[in-house]
Amino acid sequence: MIYREAGDFKTTYQADSQTFPLRLDRLGYYALLAVAFLVIPFVVSDYWATSVLVPFLIYAIAALGLNILVGYGGQVSLGTGGFMAVGAYATYKLTTAFPDVSILVHVIVSGLITALVGMLFGLPSLRIKGFYLAVATLAAQFFLIWLFNKVPWFYNYSASGQITMPERTVLGQIVTGPATPAWVKYIVCLTFAVSLAWLARNLTRGTVGRKWMAIRDMDIAAEIIGVNPLQAKISAFAVSSFFVGIAGSLFFAVYLGAAEVGESFGINKSFLVLFMVIIGGLGSIFGSFAGAAFLVLLPVFLKNVLVGGFGWPTDLAAHIELMIVGALIVFFLIVEPHGLAQLWRLTKEKLRLWPFPH
Amino acid sequence: MNEHMTTADFEPYTTADGRRIGGVMMDLRNITLRFGGVTAIKDISFDIREGEIRAIIGPNGAGKSSMLNVISGFYVPQEGEVWFRGKRRPALRPYQVARLGIARTFQNIALFDGMTVLDNIMTGRLTMMKSGLVSQALWWGPAQREEIEHREKVERIIDFLEIQNLRKTPVGRLPYGLKKRVELARALAAEPSLLLLDEPMAGMNVEEKEDMSRFILDVNDEFGTTIALIEHDMGVVMDLSDRVVVMDYGRKIGDGTPSEVRNNQAVIDAYLGVAHD
Repeated sequence: MIYREAGDFKTTYQADSQTFPLRLDRLGYYALLAVAFLVIPFVVSDYWATSVLVPFLIYAIAALGLNILVGYGGQVSLGTGGFMAVGAYATYKLTTAFPDVSILVHVIVSGLITALVGMLFGLPSLRIKGFYLAVATLAAQFFLIWLFNKVPWFYNYSASGQITMPERTVLGQIVTGPATPAWVKYIVCLTFAVSLAWLARNLTRGTVGRKWMAIRDMDIAAEIIGVNPLQAKISAFAVSSFFVGIAGSLFFAVYLGAAEVGESFGINKSFLVLFMVIIGGLGSIFGSFAGAAFLVLLPVFLKNVLVGGFGWPTDLAAHIELMIVGALIVFFLIVEPHGLAQLWRLTKEKLRLWPFPH
Repeated sequence: MNEHMTTADFEPYTTADGRRIGGVMMDLRNITLRFGGVTAIKDISFDIREGEIRAIIGPNGAGKSSMLNVISGFYVPQEGEVWFRGKRRPALRPYQVARLGIARTFQNIALFDGMTVLDNIMTGRLTMMKSGLVSQALWWGPAQREEIEHREKVERIIDFLEIQNLRKTPVGRLPYGLKKRVELARALAAEPSLLLLDEPMAGMNVEEKEDMSRFILDVNDEFGTTIALIEHDMGVVMDLSDRVVVMDYGRKIGDGTPSEVRNNQAVIDAYLGVAHD
């Protein structure tokens, strides 16, 4: 009743192909953006910004990237952690080599470097599919981590083998390093997340996205209508790795500040982002955000309830929390295998009629 | 010049219903295709002329689909030559064949189930869309204009095939007959000069077959598209096609107008069986 499409007519193809065809959706989206940019930075506490919102936004970028590859391109990857490491180390090397260039430029260039690495490791996808490709990308994960551990040049020969982000400013405001205010971290990540989501949306609604989806749904038919499989698969790997690289770069530069490669970008990270994509919904931009929110917010929420609410010891709560998250993942996948995005779609269909039964 | 092509074959003529049939568009010369020890196609030659509807018929396992796969580039024959528009076609990948203006549908529908009807048909125009990755990512002028330009063309095909109400429906949800129609729409969106249809009416009821036949005739008539089709329904084949190739066990056993083929003894034997004495 309240949520409806009646009376919302389109008279041009341009109007028909916009991201939010319904006026109500559009207004809701603008309102959300306004709150995110203009309200939250002024009211958010340091705890919420640094341990909830910033990781959520960074994981959302990584999930967007992986969703482009897995959800739209149909190519499985378990190398996300490794590609995030490429982004992080690229940023570290760039910003220590060219301290005068803006860190924002470095982050984007790091994304481009990761895109190149991703294309290289995407080459096996031309020959192998499915689980076999997953194993091939797993090789990327282990190789990259090994490389960053083994070659001291990557961590500038530091004694600890860690990389530490120096302080950098944008327009006179400190954006990296320990002295960064929490709301600045939040704004930086939010800006990247929103712009990248917009790019992803544009790519997936146009020719490039159709090529990816065609290869995903039926590669033989895709080829017969003129899709070059090499080009489609490699471009999916490139774009996906670009996003993942930026996520890795922000994860290191803005969120962690210092990183040790095996710990921060290990295989666990690859699985975590893959779970986000699956739980959120394959082939959905909204799903990437929903999945990231689910897996970042749920542990925080559970910790607050278990430790804060019930007063359980922290170690017990941590284990229970793992079990609950695991059970919820299984539960969600059984109830809705197409993820949170599909649940949202179904809710909207129901809302069209609500509160009337017919 | 091959012996099977006489000069008479090159004479353009006009059919009884006023369609113009031009010269030879695709010429298949002595095609032999083997899979290991199995010879799927044995030394077959025939041609397809500009503007005609050419049927390939034969019992199951005769090699009809293999023939279509040779034309669309899935299989590269061990022997023989494929000539297209007067030039010998080298061994090409299927996506390169698509760029020559050859589109096809499949016996088992090969649509993209996760995409809407509109997106499926839009994929038919991929070879014509030129805007690059960056301009699409930013969705600025040229990319958006191109998208809308092609959308208009696609909408015309949607109108033509009468599937306006299904535009935004995911293809996976459609019934069989409509899927076949969407697949035809996707092939048409590529504006092919040669359209290959692999059993376009398999599994359809009489009404759906009539609809599909009408669409095939309309496509040929309105767009002047040359059509090569495989079909089992003899009534449909005889009504639709200008010329028919008959295959059996990988060989060509008949070639000519429907009435010629109908009276060909080898064809009758292949379809009705021969008494062995």
